[in-house]
Amino acid sequence: MNWVLDNLDLIGRLSLEHLRLSITPILAGLLIAIPLGWLAHRYRLARGALLTSAGLLYTIPSLALFVIIPPILGISYLSELNVTIALTLFVIAIMARSVADALDSVDGNVRQSAVAVGYGALRRFFTVDLPLAGPVILSGLRVAAASTVSLVTVGILIGVESLGYLFTNGYQRRIVEEIFSGVVMVMLVALLIDLALVALGRLAMPWARRPGRAAR
Amino acid sequence: MNLFLDALAWIVAPERFEGSSSLFVRLGEHLYFTAFSVLIATVIAVPIGYLIGHTGRGRELAVGLSGAARALPSFGLILLLVLVMGVTNKPAAAFTAFVVLAIPSILAGAYAGFEAIERRTINAARAVGMTEWQILWRVEVPLGLPLLIGGIRSAALQVVATATLAAYIGLGGLGYYIFRGLPLGRYDEMLGASILVAVLAIVIDAALALCQRLFVPRGVAAGRTPSLRTAPARRRAMVETSTAP
Repeated sequence: MNWVLDNLDLIGRLSLEHLRLSITPILAGLLIAIPLGWLAHRYRLARGALLTSAGLLYTIPSLALFVIIPPILGISYLSELNVTIALTLFVIAIMARSVADALDSVDGNVRQSAVAVGYGALRRFFTVDLPLAGPVILSGLRVAAASTVSLVTVGILIGVESLGYLFTNGYQRRIVEEIFSGVVMVMLVALLIDLALVALGRLAMPWARRPGRAAR
Repeated sequence: MNLFLDALAWIVAPERFEGSSSLFVRLGEHLYFTAFSVLIATVIAVPIGYLIGHTGRGRELAVGLSGAARALPSFGLILLLVLVMGVTNKPAAAFTAFVVLAIPSILAGAYAGFEAIERRTINAARAVGMTEWQILWRVEVPLGLPLLIGGIRSAALQVVATATLAAYIGLGGLGYYIFRGLPLGRYDEMLGASILVAVLAIVIDAALALCQRLFVPRGVAAGRTPSLRTAPARRRAMVETSTAP
């Protein structure tokens, strides 16, 4: 416990850094995945291509992704941008399928009713399809967010500081408490983001909050 | 693109195929870590998952556990276990970490496979006089197999990725080259090894995806085929029926 008490400001600083590094890919990934998921939902040809490449991307281990992406994009592999891009791709890989499935699950009768009362394609998407797909998209986002928070730690191997610093530093100095506090803080950051997502979901989709129906 | 050519040159260089750190050795280690820990995790998780799936008890706990496990940083877990179990027990510590990381998705696959079975099917089995044991082995297990293999598939992916990180503690595997190249800035080595790791992960995933298809019971597969054929090639607003389950 001594180590933790002596290093509270380090833990706090790294946790905030970790939070910042996690939020960007989660939000960027969601924003990019919505149009991609819509394409996959709407066009059969796009579905095959998009979901297969998303599946492949998702399969690649994060450390390998951190090494493969920089030469493709011409960025330095020791940069924060590299981690952000890799994790954004990772979120897109999870969310594209999630958004496509969510849009698929919208009741066809509701969609037809919207068309019947004169909704245009764009208005229908934003005011009917997307809100109804919201709960399923949210549960996908919660999965993606938890994985992202955990993967940010791998960035320390290419020099991007996060709570992962407590792992490598603690290992080199043989301080169990340091690594343990890192693991606990990563899970707390994940929990914090999860709670925030659930709260945002309730604010944005009050109709999904039916009694006896879990968010998951 | 030059860097990729360098990486390919690194992969096919003659030194990669000889000595104690040849590609075969590292690939073998990587496969061994993955197969062995997924096997142990399966042996532990499947009976528990089947019990949860068959009785419907303890589901909340399992869901909560697998949710929390997703946020568990695998890299931190390995390093933590190595320090706790002692630096001399590195392989045991790493295997423990792999197994811990593999269990949640296999558990989820096992009970989700049972849950996805229509109640009517199980009631029908009970009605024709099957015992609970027969229902388990002749109805629930075969019908739940594709989802179970799906769980094993995500567990294997998780372990392949984590085994790459295990090279940090000097455990070998394909990650060995990444960590050897990293401090020296030898990009051809890091990139070559990363490409191999990516290919390995994709091949393992594809193999298990194939298994997942092969293990769909014949009756289920036969029932599914016609509905796929008659589905309209293109959705039209007017002919669309409800796609909700």
